[in-house]
Amino acid sequence: MVSISITVDDVTRNVDVQPRTLLAHLLRERLGKTGTVIGCDTSNCGACTVLMDGVSVKSCAVLAVQADGARIDTVEGLAGADGTLHPVQQAFHEHHGLQCGYCTPGMLMRSVCLVRENPSPTEEEVREGLKGNMCRCTGYQGIVDAVMAYAQTAQEQPAGDADDMGGADDAYASGAPSGAATEEDR
Amino acid sequence: MSTTTAPTEAADGEIGRARLRKEDRRLLTGRTRWTDSLTLPGMVHLSLLRSPVAHARLTNIDTGAAKQAPGVVGVWTGADLPEQGQMPTAWTVSEDMLTPPFFPVSVGAVKHVGDIIAVVAATSKEEADDAVELIDVDYEDLPVVTDPVAALADGAPLVHPELGTNVCATWGLDSGALGTGGSAAEAIRAAEADPDQVVIRRTLRQNRITPAYIEPRSIVVDPTAEQVTLWSATQVPHIVRLLMAMTQPVAEHELRVIAPDVGGGFGGKLQFTREEALVLLIAQRLQLPCKYTESRSESMQSSHHARDQVQELTLAARRDGTITALEVKLTADMGAYLGILTAGIPLLGGFMFNGIYKIPAYNFHCTDVFTNKTMTDAYRGAGKPEATFGIERMLDELAVELDLDPVEVRRRNWIKREEFPYATVAGLTYDSADYDQATDRALELFGYDELRAEQQRRQSSGDPVRLGIGVCTFVELSGLAPSRVLGGLNYGSGGWEHASIRMLPTGKVEVVAGTTPHGQGHATAFAQIVSDELGVPFEDITLITGDTGMSHKGMDTYGSRSLVVGGMAIVGAARKVVEKAKPIAAHILEADVADIDYHRGKFSVRGTQSSVTISEIALGTWLAHDLPDGLEPNLDSDNTFDPENFSFASGPHLAAVEVDTQPGQVTLRDYVCVQDVGVLVNPLIVNGQVHGGLAQGIGQALYEDIHYTEDGQLTTGTFADYLVPAAPDVPRFRTDTTVTESTTNTLGVKAVGETGTTAAPPAIVNAVLDALRPLGVRDITMPCTPVNVWTAIQQAAQQGQE
Ligand code: FES
Ligand code: FES
Repeated sequence: MVSISITVDDVTRNVDVQPRTLLAHLLRERLGKTGTVIGCDTSNCGACTVLMDGVSVKSCAVLAVQADGARIDTVEGLAGADGTLHPVQQAFHEHHGLQCGYCTPGMLMRSVCLVRENPSPTEEEVREGLKGNMCRCTGYQGIVDAVMAYAQTAQEQPAGDADDMGGADDAYASGAPSGAATEEDR
Repeated sequence: MSTTTAPTEAADGEIGRARLRKEDRRLLTGRTRWTDSLTLPGMVHLSLLRSPVAHARLTNIDTGAAKQAPGVVGVWTGADLPEQGQMPTAWTVSEDMLTPPFFPVSVGAVKHVGDIIAVVAATSKEEADDAVELIDVDYEDLPVVTDPVAALADGAPLVHPELGTNVCATWGLDSGALGTGGSAAEAIRAAEADPDQVVIRRTLRQNRITPAYIEPRSIVVDPTAEQVTLWSATQVPHIVRLLMAMTQPVAEHELRVIAPDVGGGFGGKLQFTREEALVLLIAQRLQLPCKYTESRSESMQSSHHARDQVQELTLAARRDGTITALEVKLTADMGAYLGILTAGIPLLGGFMFNGIYKIPAYNFHCTDVFTNKTMTDAYRGAGKPEATFGIERMLDELAVELDLDPVEVRRRNWIKREEFPYATVAGLTYDSADYDQATDRALELFGYDELRAEQQRRQSSGDPVRLGIGVCTFVELSGLAPSRVLGGLNYGSGGWEHASIRMLPTGKVEVVAGTTPHGQGHATAFAQIVSDELGVPFEDITLITGDTGMSHKGMDTYGSRSLVVGGMAIVGAARKVVEKAKPIAAHILEADVADIDYHRGKFSVRGTQSSVTISEIALGTWLAHDLPDGLEPNLDSDNTFDPENFSFASGPHLAAVEVDTQPGQVTLRDYVCVQDVGVLVNPLIVNGQVHGGLAQGIGQALYEDIHYTEDGQLTTGTFADYLVPAAPDVPRFRTDTTVTESTTNTLGVKAVGETGTTAAPPAIVNAVLDALRPLGVRDITMPCTPVNVWTAIQQAAQQGQE
């Protein structure tokens, strides 16, 4: 067992984990964060995507011990404390970017990172940027529309009322090219 | 029948509005209840040992070390579970159908990679997984057969030696015998002797694919209460409950089945699974809550696959393009076992091979065959995509043969608007459509003529990137029902659907539906329907489904039945509420019942201003202080609906592909479809259904393939090898709708869920072939991957030289 300290959706926890435990399993089985889900065993589907220090990662491809000291943001922390949907959630709602909703946690977290890295993506860039996240329900059109709309909103209201996603956030808030910021955070 | 290009409902109603979904909020915020997210006190975790080989006798299974491993609560093999019952199949397609032994945990032998050999229960999933590794099995290898045609040959290895054959069943339909047309054999013989006719024979392959829902299947069973509760990631909680009770040691009244949030199904979760049965068996043995969640690799091995047919097709036509006969000979791969609908899936196609065309003579014959592969069963469309592929590929072959435009050859054969309702050669009655209108709209949207001109230009300039244009004008039977028709097919259940409406004293409404959604937006669409019926605001209506304890009666969700059958059950229940409320309204308004008019929630006395709302009546009924004598103080109503006929969605799909002939890469450049799905309840949801189905259809056409080696190893057993399309792999779809109201239900709706998977594969393959025919390519195997395209081009080049 290894002791780690991890901050998940603004709550810091000290936990003992096995060296082989995956971040996805730690979140779901030990920390009660069942909003993040698992869809595969080869790190292909992206359903488990979370932000680790502001950068999207597949939590099934990260060992819990690697997340020691890290800040993790999951889908459960996206909406504001008052329940206001985060702009990316609102955009998915308005553009029918989800059906069964199983890919949605990963799609949302990936989209936050995508738009942060590329604040005004073209449709092609959105599609490429979502390549690691599979959706079997929507045919992607609603998702792509949602991400484009979200990028638009994020540009218009850079502070993003509900957005509080760690270090990279400052770059997001200031509208600075965030690729650099996320690199630093790594 | 009205024909318009816009939704026909009055704008003031809910039906026809692109309502944002009620279901979204929980799903967007992670406040979800997937089965795998459930944890119960004292719960143990199960892991399974699955067969690594395709066919073997199990000569020894040593579980000793596993039983001693840390955290292990128990280990069981098939022999240790004498109480396990045979897994059922619900569709005995013919009297001579052979059903092989099939148990939750294999007894004595394994028949495909992934077959279950042993179960381990432990206090954590990791411990259970570790202990599985310690089970030692001696396998005596048996001969393997994976190709369905090879399985029919004399001396082929037998999947189930005790059956004496690999033939599961045969089934046929002949329009001559049925009285719906002439004899296809005779018509083809006549055509062969007739210089004015052509006869085209082709053998086509429907690749094996898998539904690949993103949420793996998961099961939790809690045996520690009056009723055993089983949560499952299933599309069919009611069916699971019934089949479990009929085959395993639990009585129906002692079992409650709940489908909580379910992450996609597409037919893949239309099953009663071995895993469901064995989790129940182990939970009963231990008297502890148990959970099993499959890994994706397990899902690929053991969750049912689909399609996998060899289609031998013969089409006869006059030289003007008029079809004179169609003969279909199918060899359908069942895999090793029969799931609930396995043997019947190809038969559903038997009713649809004639497509939208007036075919005077038709014969369909199907041979269901066992192989050492995972069983096949329903996947979005179930038999109909296979049939549509066959006929739509043949229409293109006919066009080529006669040097006609593929749209024109279809037009010369399809049913005209004024000919509806139309009795088909396969014995069905199509309700309504206007194929000319829809196709003209699609051609215009697509820019068909310009694309043909571009194709010409590029061909003459010797462009190595070829443009291909593909057409598919599909129709699909939607809404598995009526019960009588299903009975005629020896299908093991009815096709009705049930709904209840509960009128709450505060004027809010609970709709209890027997259908079970997993992404389709029922809570939204059904609320729209009920809002129009009862005049209650959309926001005041909630949906209860997916729990046999709360929704005791239902047939669940598959076969595009939720709206056309389930929605109609709800409409019926709402109308019963209104009927029950009428005498109370009359009593309140001091009028005669005969003088009461009803419109959207308001009862009024004809010719006066006096009225009362349904919400007021709901409260008054609950109070029951002043009701007409002898009246039951209750507005709640139940309704079970069994339709008279199917409804038939249809529409043209057009694909433009660019095929780079050097590496064989296919790029889908444009995709247009114009659907006639009847009245649209919610255009947003309709679009989502179309898009999702298209992506899956594109997957089958271009990327997805379940592949087994000759010795039965599954080589596409993860999402790294089984290529589900990602966002860059599909284009922006351009869709439109035309509306001809269905005449088989009062809402005028048709189904939409299965349209994309049905129409896209032939549209795309037709496009790829259209691009490659100038190079001499005559056929190509799905999926049209670079390797398959390149191989087809090379073969054509070689044949050209010979
Ligand atoms: S569960 Fe992590 S990528 Fe599939
Ligand atoms: S919404 Fe079902 S997988 Fe994406």
